[in-house]
Amino acid sequence: MHPLGWLRTRRTRAPAGLWTLVTLMIGALVAVPLSSIVIIALNPADDIWTHLVTTVLPVYVSNTLWLMLGVGVGTITLGTSTAWLVTMYSFPGRRVLSWALLLPLAVPSYILAFVITDQLEYAGAVQGALRGLFGWTSARDYWFPEIRSLGGAILVMSLVLYPYVYLLARAAFLEQCFGLFEVSRSLGRGPLESFVTVAIPLARPAIAVGVSLALMETLNDFGTIDFFAVATLTGGIFDVWLNMNNAAGAAQLALVLVSFALVLVFLERASRRSRRYHHTSSRVQALPEYPLSRTGGVLTMLWCALPVALGFVLPAAVLGHYALKFYAVTLEADYFRYVWNSVRLATWAAVAATFVGILLAYGVRMAPRPAIRGLTEFATIGYAVPGAVLAVGILVPLGYLDNALDQLSRRLFDLPLGLLISGTATALVLGYVARFLALSYRTVDASLTRITPSMEAAARTLGCGPGGALVKVHLPLIRASVLTAALLVFVDTMKELPLTLILRPFNFETLATFVYQYASDERLEESALGALTIVAAGVIPVLLLSRTIARSRPGQHHT
Amino acid sequence: MRTLLTGALAAALTLLAVPGFAAGEINLYSYRQPFLIEPMLERFTQQTGIKVNVVFAEKGMIEKIKSAGANNPADAVLTVDIGRLDALREAGLLEPVKSSVLEANIPAVYRHPDGLWFGLTTRARVALVSRERVKPGELTTLADLADPKMSGRLCMRSGKHVYNIGLIASVIAHQGEAGAEQWLRGVKRNLARKPQGNDRAQAKGIYEGVCDVAIGNHYYMGNMSTNDKKPEQKAWAGAVRVQFLDQNGHGQHVNISGAGVIRNAANKANAIRLLEFLASDEAQRMYATTNFEYPVKAGVKTHPLVESWGSFKPDTLSLEAIARHRKAASKLVDKVQFDVDS
Repeated sequence: MHPLGWLRTRRTRAPAGLWTLVTLMIGALVAVPLSSIVIIALNPADDIWTHLVTTVLPVYVSNTLWLMLGVGVGTITLGTSTAWLVTMYSFPGRRVLSWALLLPLAVPSYILAFVITDQLEYAGAVQGALRGLFGWTSARDYWFPEIRSLGGAILVMSLVLYPYVYLLARAAFLEQCFGLFEVSRSLGRGPLESFVTVAIPLARPAIAVGVSLALMETLNDFGTIDFFAVATLTGGIFDVWLNMNNAAGAAQLALVLVSFALVLVFLERASRRSRRYHHTSSRVQALPEYPLSRTGGVLTMLWCALPVALGFVLPAAVLGHYALKFYAVTLEADYFRYVWNSVRLATWAAVAATFVGILLAYGVRMAPRPAIRGLTEFATIGYAVPGAVLAVGILVPLGYLDNALDQLSRRLFDLPLGLLISGTATALVLGYVARFLALSYRTVDASLTRITPSMEAAARTLGCGPGGALVKVHLPLIRASVLTAALLVFVDTMKELPLTLILRPFNFETLATFVYQYASDERLEESALGALTIVAAGVIPVLLLSRTIARSRPGQHHT
Repeated sequence: MRTLLTGALAAALTLLAVPGFAAGEINLYSYRQPFLIEPMLERFTQQTGIKVNVVFAEKGMIEKIKSAGANNPADAVLTVDIGRLDALREAGLLEPVKSSVLEANIPAVYRHPDGLWFGLTTRARVALVSRERVKPGELTTLADLADPKMSGRLCMRSGKHVYNIGLIASVIAHQGEAGAEQWLRGVKRNLARKPQGNDRAQAKGIYEGVCDVAIGNHYYMGNMSTNDKKPEQKAWAGAVRVQFLDQNGHGQHVNISGAGVIRNAANKANAIRLLEFLASDEAQRMYATTNFEYPVKAGVKTHPLVESWGSFKPDTLSLEAIARHRKAASKLVDKVQFDVDS
């Protein structure tokens, strides 16, 4: 329980009723897709469990757990270490790296999987060079690690997902009070020890949010694990659904995936619950920027440059190379319309998901009841469900709604409406909100918890209602996180594929669906310009994001 | 700020705009990539004046049609693999069609007896064998894939891929589940590497010396041999020879790409016209020349390259009978842990 919780509860009793209602309504609405998956799961055509338990379920579960463990360790290691080094030390290239470290976020993981495999497999540059060097002539002459494996999947996913951890950890490092760190240093602890014992615990809520987002994305991924031939729960869902024609069985497996995600959320909450930190002081001195020895500086630079090189420069260069060769294929298609469609959808998804995320996070803060908190966590867990499954969860209730509206309109006005929502791109925006609400909600929520309740106490004493306090006090304080949330949703929507494929109306292509046409026919190269555009469109918000974080430090005026 | 808001509002309205379909336009759900079918649809529109609207997706089509209920906008569905056609039939989403043109042009084994679906092309799932390391006659049947002489010499894509599910279902149809299980265990024992990659990647594996024998759809050989954009694929295809299987037994397993009319389609008549066009000489020729598939219509020539591999005896068991074993095939792949490292 929060130390000031009693104060908050008592003070907000009257208006809490309204916020409770609003939060409940939004939460219930957003929970509809997931609830419809639960309902589908309740009516199985036949039982899948006897078969699965005796055959591949243990493999699915163990592969899924190893993948999560690997990506968890990978993203924490890369994200936290680079965030700390970039924030605290001065070394060559630091200024560029501080924003470049975010760039892999713009690269869809299936594209990195393709590119890395291309380089590391037999015909790729690495093995080709080795063969040339040692005079080997066939794959049977030597051993090389199998890239299409669990290890390969962990590598690729860590490289595209660590920016979530980096992003949130860096923001937390920038926001925290360095006085504590300085005290630790002056009491004789070394820099590494102070990092581990002081800085990490202070940034722990942020790191936990970052890694939980990365792991939810790991859970829902199908493209990468399919490419690397790793049998995970998500792969099993599609097998039961499409090969065994058992949508209900697939929905049941999807709920297993959801339970994994709920455990993640629980762990994240637990890691925050034990200690909660608020800004208690607004006095922040300038960042120390410890100097490093020449060797130390170069090593630090290399360490920070490595994930950028592998996760962004390499795929961008390969795509650029293909784009130069095959740009005509993309331009002959209706390329500019696809760009417009993608940007338009991503903008709408970002605005809508952020708006709903703020309302939910603030509503939970105003009315912190277990039932509301529980509903919200459930509503935002859609992020861990594979997009195609969530799409079905959206289609079913929308179909009911559309048909009911159509009948009503026919009866009252003799006017057929058809599929008003599910037949238009509106369904896509609703789908993106259901899918990416976790990004906006969690980012905003983590930021809200850092605002001490005495702030709103002051606002309320001065006569602000809860809504007024949100607009006048909270939003200005968390505006960096709000922008972060919106940009994360924007970038993810640009990359989103499975849900877009299913929910879009006729003759409606986005960059991602256009690229997929070719990628699914084993011809990704020919749509490389489209893929490169997705990456480029992600880079701009990522750069904005980086500026925002750099400026987010109180008292920090230069970028 | 005001302009931004106005712009946002305008964009919102464009999203909400209900796409107005002119009467008679066909709405097509396609499991095939639009760039593959567009040339044919364009010809159809030129000839008939009927516009075709397309959505391409591979998952969730059945759920999309079902949830739209009476307002379902789709008229027809175009897909590869009997599995998907059969799933649509099982869900009760296909409309029986009677058309003398379709019945005349498409042999009975490649269409549903009640006209629920129609095969438009056939594709043979053949053995791709190393020109250097596999002697003629060394591998001629599916059973040979499980023979110990193939130990460590085999490449396959995932057993769960829809093409392999069809193949395994055909083995179950011929030998029963127990026989098929024994066979699949033998195949797994012979694998040179964990099942992975697509059909082209299997030919590439042979080229690289990872394995000697692979299974793939025949038209990929055509696509690779003539790929001027990516000449390295010509080398992969060059290392490989096409071997039709079971020519002295039940015949080579084939699958189809096909189409069906969706139940209660608003434009049923036009949808049938589209299917009839796709089964016509002109469209059949386009399938053969652009994607190296076998036309179903008798008398339409296959691509010269495909013809150079010789003719073959296809499996005569109806695809409908094979499709019934798909679920069992998928479970069998789990049971022998085909896709799992061992």
